[in-house]
Amino acid sequence: MSRNEEKRMEAKENKARLKEIKRVNKVANKAYRDQKKIYNSKSTDPSVYKTEMKNKDNLLEIDGLKTWFYTDTGVVKAVDGVTINIPAGKTVGIVGESGCGKSVTSMSTMRLVQGPAGQIVDGAIRFHKVNGDVVDLTKLPTSEMCKVRGKEIAMIFQEPMTSLNPVFTIGYQLDEAISLHKPELEKKDVRIQSIKMLETVGIARAEGVYDSYPHELSGGMRQRVMIAMALCCEPKLIIADEPTTALDVTIQAQILDLMRSIKDKINASIMLITHDLGVVAEMADYVVVMYAGRVIEEGTASDIYKDPRHPYTIGLLNSKPVIGKKVDKLYSIPGQVPNPVNMPDYCYFKSRCDRCTEKCDGKYPEMIQVSPTHRVSCWLYEGGNETSCQK
Amino acid sequence: MKQYVIRRLLIGIFVLFGVSVILYSLVRLMPGDYVQNATAGNPKITEEMRENMRRVYGLDTGIVEGYVKWMGKAVTGDFGNSFVYDKPVVDVIRSKMWNSFALSAMAFVIQILLAIPLGIISATKQYSKLDYTLTTFAMLGISMPSFFLAAILQRFFAIGLKWFPLSGMVTAREDFEGFRHILDVSWHYVLPVIVLAVISTGALMRYTRTNMLEVLNADYIRTARAKGLSEHKVIYTHAFRNTLIPVVTLVGGMLPSLFSGSMITETIFAIDGIGNTAYNCLKQGDIPLVMGFNMFLAILTLLGTLISDILYAVVDPRVRYN
Amino acid sequence: MKNVKADPLKFKESELREDTSFEGNAAILSPTRLILKRFFRNKLAIVGLVILGTILLFSIFGPMISPYGEYEMFYTHNGKEVSNTSGYDLTQAGVSLMNKAPMSKAHWLGTDKDGFDIMTRLMYGGRISLMIGIVVVGIELLIGVVLGGISGYFGKKIDMVIMRVVDVVFCIPTMPILMILGSILVTIKAPQQLKIIFLMLSVGLLGWAGVTRLVRGQILTLREQEFMTATEAIGLSTSRKIFKHLIPNVMPQLIVFTTLGVGDVILLESSLSFLGMGVPYPYASWGKIVNLVNDPIIMTDYLNMWVPAGLLILITVLAFNFVGDGLRDAFDPKMKR
Repeated sequence: MSRNEEKRMEAKENKARLKEIKRVNKVANKAYRDQKKIYNSKSTDPSVYKTEMKNKDNLLEIDGLKTWFYTDTGVVKAVDGVTINIPAGKTVGIVGESGCGKSVTSMSTMRLVQGPAGQIVDGAIRFHKVNGDVVDLTKLPTSEMCKVRGKEIAMIFQEPMTSLNPVFTIGYQLDEAISLHKPELEKKDVRIQSIKMLETVGIARAEGVYDSYPHELSGGMRQRVMIAMALCCEPKLIIADEPTTALDVTIQAQILDLMRSIKDKINASIMLITHDLGVVAEMADYVVVMYAGRVIEEGTASDIYKDPRHPYTIGLLNSKPVIGKKVDKLYSIPGQVPNPVNMPDYCYFKSRCDRCTEKCDGKYPEMIQVSPTHRVSCWLYEGGNETSCQK
Repeated sequence: MKQYVIRRLLIGIFVLFGVSVILYSLVRLMPGDYVQNATAGNPKITEEMRENMRRVYGLDTGIVEGYVKWMGKAVTGDFGNSFVYDKPVVDVIRSKMWNSFALSAMAFVIQILLAIPLGIISATKQYSKLDYTLTTFAMLGISMPSFFLAAILQRFFAIGLKWFPLSGMVTAREDFEGFRHILDVSWHYVLPVIVLAVISTGALMRYTRTNMLEVLNADYIRTARAKGLSEHKVIYTHAFRNTLIPVVTLVGGMLPSLFSGSMITETIFAIDGIGNTAYNCLKQGDIPLVMGFNMFLAILTLLGTLISDILYAVVDPRVRYN
Repeated sequence: MKNVKADPLKFKESELREDTSFEGNAAILSPTRLILKRFFRNKLAIVGLVILGTILLFSIFGPMISPYGEYEMFYTHNGKEVSNTSGYDLTQAGVSLMNKAPMSKAHWLGTDKDGFDIMTRLMYGGRISLMIGIVVVGIELLIGVVLGGISGYFGKKIDMVIMRVVDVVFCIPTMPILMILGSILVTIKAPQQLKIIFLMLSVGLLGWAGVTRLVRGQILTLREQEFMTATEAIGLSTSRKIFKHLIPNVMPQLIVFTTLGVGDVILLESSLSFLGMGVPYPYASWGKIVNLVNDPIIMTDYLNMWVPAGLLILITVLAFNFVGDGLRDAFDPKMKR
């Protein structure tokens, strides 16, 4: 085939794909509108969203979640079949590179993914409510979802600098959250509780901060305010999306300590999303490693740190600098995260992996149980192959 | 803040100075005898008046000297006498501007009451049929030539249906007083107010929509949703307050322009406002009044930007002028 | 809701999964094509493009097809239609001006009060309006980009001086000044063609302040960004920095400005012409044609004379606004849908 011909073929193929994308996006748009109607329906029967937990000890079960983004260049499968369990009272760390879908997982849990581009396409997110009901958050009507948000599941965002509304005082924004979920409280009690909350998160002049505007506070202070806001209704689940990334290292430790102590005080679970392995090691009981929209390894913190199995996890741990260990060059995983638009049906890490076998050319590997608490998605451990790859 | 205002005022004075230089040179640099040319169409103007005007504008002296002379008087508010009205220019402007203000103010109120709510609805329902419809109407308003709309309204509502008077401010030969008079004037104002409102609403609506969309994408809106606020509260408390900052700033800046009149609409509907006056005087070569009018407009524009900037500081807690 | 019992996720299971199982669903698009794609999804923008195309055809090729000339006046003589360009002796008795003729096969929109064919005048008026719009915006862009570029790039004292000049120009009341100029134009004796050029120059010279502010503001923000520091670091020449790195980044705004600006200028020109201070006689101009409504009889009884011209102004400006707005949305990556 001549080069010209090749080019023409390529252009033709591209055109066909564009057409296909257009059609898919159209279907997706319609699906979004239909879904919105169902969400906004005033009289949804509880049987639609009520469900049962697979494991009674879990507070949250994300089961086969798929959150896809319909873009002009194709479908980005940001989260593609993720299953994560969060036991009551525990901290689960979700780690991975930027763009691996960890933030989208958390946004899906809060149902804050912006449609019609982003949609939860499949899967269930089961949540054990305070009143004992178990609901599927992906099916909850919006009005019910609003009662869960902030009250039972609270979220701390990555960007403290822009996550507070600049035109309202800190006090107003805190009061708003408290009086929304505790309408029985009187105005002055709400104020008292807001100030108490600010003191809890270690803000010294709580009264002064109460009356100030976000721009008058430093980044660390704002993140404390965000935490106060998230915790003011004593949620059972705190989703912290890179809560310390934008902060100074010294402030980071303080914030983490704060989160841990408050979590113990109100006996909440934390879903901690970060790319910082140090933070996870410090905080998490369980660790989930995500890569390109899928979970590739999960286990207790010691499983992952002491006995990592997936070549990606191993690479990730090796690329972390260790104090007292002298190396010429910090390890880095070769290659790049694959383009999420067009995923192949084999292990996504294959092109970057240095331990491939011929099996890796085949289907995407299932999760394989390597110990009662430790699961990994890699062909190396198929059929009880227990060889640890830690040198 | 005080310092900032003073600095802005100083810049304003400088700008006015610049505008006056340009206006003055325009008169001076015209080919031929501008006074002769401009007043040629008006038989009422005598040679004596022309001489007088040449003196007022220092046309009998050098350009710099002439400017200094003219400016010296203008600073004290003396722009000379209007030929057409035979009164000081400042007095003419002062007496006519309230008619214009009444007209513009009514249109202004309608504009705000329509544009801001519709702009917000348009943004919250982005890309819906409603949004497309509102956008189309807004664009039609923006693109509408005021004289054409005025003619259409006159043709169909005044001549055709006879619902409203064709033009003028009061019914001729009826000397209404008190409330009846106000009613009569309002009656005459309906069509011109519609014209002004239609051509101005679209732009403000689009502006509101754009800003609302920007705000809706902000992180703090996500925070508000994550708190559990209903979509209604998210939009009408959190997003709305932030959208208001640029909108209030813009709207505040429009206040002075309410006095500036609207040449075309006032002329077509024969409203005795400043715009109509200026147009007629311009046609008759009443240079002192036209110069005074232009300076008046420049001052209003400057005031508008100043008010805008000050409002910005008042509405947005983040802005502090030091 | 009737179908509350239905599983809300059901539609996804069937249709969507099947749709996206097609693995080759990724396409490669260059940034330009992405912008075009976003643009063409905007229905109003497409409507605008279609209108613009029609108007262009109408006013560029219309006059070539039209059997009449721009200044061709029609007369009647003994029931026969003659025109001043046909060489017919118009001085003989019984020849009368065929003005205010009704719509007919020969004159689709009739003739106006001077005996011109309205349809033909509309076509020529379109030419003038579009030309003025484009030339004026060209002048504004030229001055605005140069001054704004200098101001933003070099900053300091130059910036200070230019910005004060901009403030002054911004404060000059456009309409009254143009009317003063227009009234002078009416009285001085110069070729009419020259007067059009003069008109375009004056509108352009009064309108560049906005572009200058836009370009300066944009360049100031760009200068703060890392890629400009990088060009500094690798030691690029000033002209290369300006033309290869700064100007391309301002292009989207300039393109949007151009589209919206042409519409604005057409509106301004038609207003001036309506007031009798714009395009000089005997050139045709839409605004001037609408001006005929000042005659109450024409306003009441001869809608065919002034309504089409007004509508043409309206839809032309509307089309420019639709396209400009569509472009702005397409260029702005935040305006996703």
